[in-house]
Amino acid sequence: MSGAGVLHHLPILQVLVPLLAAPVALLLRRGYPAWVLATGVSWLVLVMAMGLVRQVLINGTLSYELGGWAPPWGIEYRVDVLGAFMALIVSGIAAVIMPFSRRSLAAEIPADRSAMFYTLILLCLTGLLGIVMTGDAFNLFVFLEVSSLSSYALISMGRRREALTAAFQYLIMGTIGATAILIGVGLLYMMTGTLNMADLAERMPDIAHTRTVTAAFAFIVVGVALKTALFPLHLWLPNAYTYAPSVVSAFLAATATKVGVYMLLRFSFTIFGGLLAFEIMNLDRLLLVLALLAALYGSTAAVFQTDLKRMLAYSSVAQIGYTVAGVSFASLTGLTAGIVHLFNHALVKGGLFLVAGCVLLRIGNVTIERMAGLGRTMPWTMAAFVVGGLGLVGVPATAGFISKWYLVQAALERGWWPVAVVVLFTSLLAAVYVWRVVEVAYFRTPAQTSDAGVGEAPLSMLVSVWVMLAIMVYFGINASLTTGLARQAASGLLGTAL
Amino acid sequence: MSGGFPLLLALALPLTAAVGIVLTRRHPDLREAVTLVSAGLLFALVVGAVWPAVEAGGRPSIVLVQTFPGLPLMLQAEPIGVLFALLASFLWLVTSVYAIGYMRGHGEKNQTRFYAYFAIALASTMGVAFAGNLLTLFIFYEILTLSTYPLVTHSGTDEARRAGRIYLGVLLGTSISFLLLAIIWTWTLAGSLDFVPGGLLRDKVSSATVGILLVLFVFGIGKAALMPFHRWLPAAMVAPTPVSALLHAVAVVKAGVFSIVKIVVYIFGIDTVAGHAASQWLMYAAAITIIVGSLVAMTRDNLKARLAYSTVSQLSYIVLGALLANAWGIIGAGMHMVMHGFGKITLFFCAGAILVATHKTKVSQMNGLGRAMPITMGAFLLASLSLIGLPPFGGMWSKWYLVSGALEAQQLIMLGVLMLGSLLSTAYLLPIPLRAFFGRVEKHSQAEGIREAPIPCVLALGLTAAGCVVLFLNPDPFYRLMAQVVLQ
Repeated sequence: MSGAGVLHHLPILQVLVPLLAAPVALLLRRGYPAWVLATGVSWLVLVMAMGLVRQVLINGTLSYELGGWAPPWGIEYRVDVLGAFMALIVSGIAAVIMPFSRRSLAAEIPADRSAMFYTLILLCLTGLLGIVMTGDAFNLFVFLEVSSLSSYALISMGRRREALTAAFQYLIMGTIGATAILIGVGLLYMMTGTLNMADLAERMPDIAHTRTVTAAFAFIVVGVALKTALFPLHLWLPNAYTYAPSVVSAFLAATATKVGVYMLLRFSFTIFGGLLAFEIMNLDRLLLVLALLAALYGSTAAVFQTDLKRMLAYSSVAQIGYTVAGVSFASLTGLTAGIVHLFNHALVKGGLFLVAGCVLLRIGNVTIERMAGLGRTMPWTMAAFVVGGLGLVGVPATAGFISKWYLVQAALERGWWPVAVVVLFTSLLAAVYVWRVVEVAYFRTPAQTSDAGVGEAPLSMLVSVWVMLAIMVYFGINASLTTGLARQAASGLLGTAL
Repeated sequence: MSGGFPLLLALALPLTAAVGIVLTRRHPDLREAVTLVSAGLLFALVVGAVWPAVEAGGRPSIVLVQTFPGLPLMLQAEPIGVLFALLASFLWLVTSVYAIGYMRGHGEKNQTRFYAYFAIALASTMGVAFAGNLLTLFIFYEILTLSTYPLVTHSGTDEARRAGRIYLGVLLGTSISFLLLAIIWTWTLAGSLDFVPGGLLRDKVSSATVGILLVLFVFGIGKAALMPFHRWLPAAMVAPTPVSALLHAVAVVKAGVFSIVKIVVYIFGIDTVAGHAASQWLMYAAAITIIVGSLVAMTRDNLKARLAYSTVSQLSYIVLGALLANAWGIIGAGMHMVMHGFGKITLFFCAGAILVATHKTKVSQMNGLGRAMPITMGAFLLASLSLIGLPPFGGMWSKWYLVSGALEAQQLIMLGVLMLGSLLSTAYLLPIPLRAFFGRVEKHSQAEGIREAPIPCVLALGLTAAGCVVLFLNPDPFYRLMAQVVLQ
């Protein structure tokens, strides 16, 4: 096969490589070789995602016919700038987290289960990448289930028994969401006889006013909102992120909800188009209100948490609100803000959950009170928390600033003052909840003498944390690449919508 | 768009110093040498490379990175920035000398951390001074806030933690909720954030918008300590004295008023601000801050707290000068940045010297100190007189121009406020040296054994006190810089 041939197959390889590696990881049985395999695969997938981004930028949207069957009969993989950008986020996060996972997991799950863990996380990666690659609505649902089922299992592997309840809760909510999406897709198929997204979009204007299609739209939006954890459908998220193993929290927080937003974008802009989504169904107003409530509720709730991971989880609820607010503007700047925030927040929150993993490894607990004195005993870890926290607040020279800038700009362009005020106000709340932890870690002396002897986290974990945060700071100072890609993705979405 | 390399160097020098300080942490003498050498080099750089270029009418600039499409992170030197950079870099040098005496004499812990963050704070100060657009200004403004937080909370006590909370809360709160909003709004209105002579927004936006933006900018720049956003400044006094001296009398607070002056001159344009209803109201806010700040200063027995409220009051002179928005007002504002800087840093140096030598912090304990520490208290007297605005001290010039500005704008109330402010500053400053020299000493045993602070401290405060006199004799360089901005 020639070089060009491999490049041509990138969209399917992106999905196939982790899918095939998953059972192999299980067959390897022992944790270490499975870890080597999973790390290798995640890096390979990242390289491929970079190749995809490059190709899409040069050649425009890629279309790949699965098994050579021409669409709309066969399944088509369709990769535009948005899809390639999402693949970059998902695989990039996986590539940074995998090296971290070995030491972190050793402390959190039994050794005989670690091969199973790598199998599951590879499957989850497969599902998430599949969602962003595919151009077929039903195929999307299949990949959604692949990623969801594996993530339920991953969450249930958490150290504490509450992990089981959390996983069950997520299972119920996630299944309701997936079912809603399936019903919606079914209704669409009933009306159009096709499942290909491009094909669906073409037929949509004629049937946009029918009740069946509006019902389909409603089902899909609710289902996607559940998977995205958009307020008030976020109830599964805090428990899931709190009790899952740290690696899983980091991976899911940085990727799964982001892919949820991707589905929202894909369905409402590409498939249903602006006419149905924004003119008939007034999705923009609905989303904006929910997004602002999410930002306010999530940030406020985060201020009152006593557990670091739960605090970060509520912060995620708020950050999802920012992203969806950007989407709800349905303007170029707004969409750019939302999409670039997917990237920026993935880095920030991924990094912060990894920090939580370091803390958990060393003191066996992530209760904020117990973190007293960590500024001295784990200087690199806590410095990472400060940097990540500043990113969460959106202080200049962090990636969070870039998102906030675009979001406020988008709100001002529309003349929506209150939105800008809510965004800025909630970022102050972020400063409050971040600083609570900073004060405990740096100003308080440990209550228990046993904590005084705590050492710094292992190098392999610190490297992952700092790589993630260094990238985050880099894209906070020089955001040309990320905002450029986000802008192109946004104009692609609007181009098909308007 | 060239010749900006010295500006990059001005940013890189203190940053390199911070790295050098951390690397040499095991050798305190070497570590302090790193600070001194970089401070010296930085001052030489600003004087030797940047100043002449700007004096000759050049505007050297350099683009660092393209942060947003069409909106780069860039540095550019212009007269007000050069004035600020000259002030900050020179006083960093002096403070470094002082800090060696103070930190060792006072037995402070974590000195490496202290010097390292100090250097980073100076780097961000240079960034603010040479910011080429509002985005760059904002970024360095925030980094300055964050890098001074560990300095404010240096002692790690509960009191320091609480003070740090107020410090960050007020400074981040105002900058995020008002300043950032104003900046992004400006960007959506003008499509640019460049500093344009004559005003970026001039004739582009309605009068009402100008009013709202002006209020957002002036209150958003919390570092200017306009009431009611002044609480962070007295809170920050919990920091070691060199921090209070350089950062909370010069670098940080001047970064605030400097930003206001720069925004009035280059973003709005003085013609737009002059006589605008919003600027009239903001002048009242500044006037209230001048008067109330002075009154509160009179009630404070803790010397550093008194000086802090004096700073709150004096900063509003500069804000007032900027809002008068005529040539004399702007010149007065710029001059007062320098004059107040020299005067107030001297006063803080003296306060620190007294603390190191006698462990006394209260004004009421200072009776008779003049005899034991004549140089320190003498310098205190000179600096007080300069702050009040009496000849032959530099403070006279800035008051002079501010008064001229008020007269030209026919702001008679503001004229009265300026006069009253001077009177009040006499009331809260002069009792201290008078007590020290002529106050009754209750017990002889107490004053015995008290001597001048370590030599580096005395040297530094003598130097800045002498500076107050030199600035009276030769204020011309700073006048020329400011005049270049407003009198073309």
